[in-house]
Amino acid sequence: MSNAPSGRLPALVPGLASALVWGAGQLINRQAGKAAFYFAFFAGLVGWEIASGNYYAGMDYTPRSNGGFFVKGLWGLFTLGTQSRQMTLTGLSEGDNSVTLLASGLIALLVLALLAIIWIWGVRDAAGYRAALNAGGPRESSATYYKRLWDNAFAYIMLSPGLVLVVFMSVLPVLFVILVAFTNYNRDHLPPKNLVDWVGFDNFGAILSGSAWTDTFLGVLAWTFVFALVTTVASYALGFFQAVLLANKKVRFPRVWRSIFLLPWAVPAIVSALVFRSMFNGQFGPVSQWLVDVGLTDDRIYWFTDASNPNLARTVVLLINLWLTFPFFMALVGGVLTNIDASYYEAARMDGASAFQQLRHITLPVVHKTVAPLLILSFVSSFNNFGVVYFLTEGGPDNADYRFAGSTDLLVTWLFKLTFETQLYNIGAVMSLFIFLIVGTISVWNLNRSKAIREL
Amino acid sequence: MTTQLAERPAPSGTAAPRGRRKPRREGLSTVLIHLELAVVAAIVIFPLLWVVGASLSPGDGLGEVSPFPSEATIAHYADLFTETSYGRWYLNSLYVAVFNMAGSVVLAAICGYVFSRVKFKGRKAGLLSILILQMFPAFLAAIAVYMLFLNFGLLDSLTGLALVSIAGALPYNIWLMKGYTDNLPASLDEAAAIDGAGRLTIFARIILPLMRPMLTFVAITQFTLPWMDFILPRLVLQSADKQTVALGLFNMISSEYANSYTTFAAGAVVLALPITVLYIVLQRYLVTGAAAGAEKG
Repeated sequence: MSNAPSGRLPALVPGLASALVWGAGQLINRQAGKAAFYFAFFAGLVGWEIASGNYYAGMDYTPRSNGGFFVKGLWGLFTLGTQSRQMTLTGLSEGDNSVTLLASGLIALLVLALLAIIWIWGVRDAAGYRAALNAGGPRESSATYYKRLWDNAFAYIMLSPGLVLVVFMSVLPVLFVILVAFTNYNRDHLPPKNLVDWVGFDNFGAILSGSAWTDTFLGVLAWTFVFALVTTVASYALGFFQAVLLANKKVRFPRVWRSIFLLPWAVPAIVSALVFRSMFNGQFGPVSQWLVDVGLTDDRIYWFTDASNPNLARTVVLLINLWLTFPFFMALVGGVLTNIDASYYEAARMDGASAFQQLRHITLPVVHKTVAPLLILSFVSSFNNFGVVYFLTEGGPDNADYRFAGSTDLLVTWLFKLTFETQLYNIGAVMSLFIFLIVGTISVWNLNRSKAIREL
Repeated sequence: MTTQLAERPAPSGTAAPRGRRKPRREGLSTVLIHLELAVVAAIVIFPLLWVVGASLSPGDGLGEVSPFPSEATIAHYADLFTETSYGRWYLNSLYVAVFNMAGSVVLAAICGYVFSRVKFKGRKAGLLSILILQMFPAFLAAIAVYMLFLNFGLLDSLTGLALVSIAGALPYNIWLMKGYTDNLPASLDEAAAIDGAGRLTIFARIILPLMRPMLTFVAITQFTLPWMDFILPRLVLQSADKQTVALGLFNMISSEYANSYTTFAAGAVVLALPITVLYIVLQRYLVTGAAAGAEKG
């Protein structure tokens, strides 16, 4: 038994050793290769901190001036900087950039979280392996370990590129938005000129406490709901109607008609929306001109800019959006219709059902069963619609009661303006959270009904 | 009355009075159906015809264009490439589109395969986080990305734009590929595993070819997306030579009726034509793909 471990060490010892110095427990277990693997991460962590920081002998340590990537990052995340840029005798002093500190702190936190997984893994491995040895299990060389690792970790290794991309390009920004919602980061507090501070729930309070913000939020929210609901219902209804008509055997050249009706879906929405914008231009557009020429109206109609008639703009936006969205439902319903068994209809005809009864009791239920999940999806994507409103009206006509929003602004276009045009990042972040809450609730409710969640 | 007589079909012995009236009603409904189809078709086509006409109209302003210009000219198409930076924008969009397509297809295929076929710890948690991330609308991340890029000086990078696009669409695409792979017969993998094939070989040789229909869907949607996307490029790109086609066109039309409406129309047609043809030709793939995404979540 030459390769038996020296004495019967309790499993806790290598576990604790690995918790203090990564890989130490593996070394006690005489697994040098594995020890090096874990130690490399430890050395990387410490090395990174020291190399990026300002460490020297006899320093008067403060996180702000000496801390490296991790220490200064976490310090920045908590304080958001302590010294603003000031005028001194030697010129403008270097102040703290709160937003950079916030973001770096978040990145440091994420990296630490990923490293913590490896740390826990190492501790469990050291203790678990020793426990197995004590129970009389066989030794394992580092080489076999790596082979086993590849087999077990295949999934993680294959997923890691996607994971890293999603963590840094999706998860990080989302977390960042959540944090910004609790700060006063806006045009009055723009780094590097000013410091940004944590303000708790002040921004939420501002939006919900009955000021002009509340009116704007509720008004825009209500219109967004109307927009999403009308779009979904109307495009489904029209799409269904067109599909049923096209399925009629009396129609000549159904494929030609179908391709024509699909055009609004196939043409990029940005192009169609910009074309409609110019057609409905009040001053030069052809629609106003035509109405005057025909004699239906005396003056040109300012479809999207007439502040006294916001519902006109809203109606036109809805109609144009119907133009854009009905073809997809038509194609979808058309696909379902071709798959309905013809014998259903034959049986119904024998029982003397009229064409309308067949439609009502056979076609509609079958189609509805397939299309229902897409209705929710369509509602959510209309709720999140940016392009149609922004390209057509840019939110107009102006609404004096609203803050930085026009009468046709949806939550998303308003959010875009708050961030990009007025630099009210904190309010924009709160709005983002509200939108996520609403969309997330609808999606979760939809998921609970579907089989997808049970198939996980 | 004479027309009614003429339309009446030759009487047959068994025809009841109701039977005689039926063909006329059928004829009427056929006419009505075609009338409705024609009206909708006219509404659908008119704006598109109008922009094509505008791009061929002589003159510059919005007020002067007509859907059927009497003296058609292709000068605005030439202007597009000589007077504006349309060629530059087009190449930028193409770069982002190809990058976005390639990255999305590779990552969605690999991750979809792993989530569908490999059992590993954290799989369920991973799928749940994908579902949640997929709900988080892409533009919310876009706004955060803007703030982050702004403060780190990373704005104005086409590669950065493509990476954000890939990441934004990845959760949905993984979900789509996972659902599709779930429906491929597992016996294929098992047979290959018995023959001694490793997991990488099984993925590359057996699963990947079978994934092709859904990968085509991902490829087309991810290739066409950057051509139409506005909010993300608007936030991330700034300098004049980094604009994409969508941004360029919007600027052409939103700068209050600058005298270039006809050139805008030409640009819109050049942008729309390839994508429209692609969508019409591949409509079956695209509609089925979108429906599959909804069924799975």
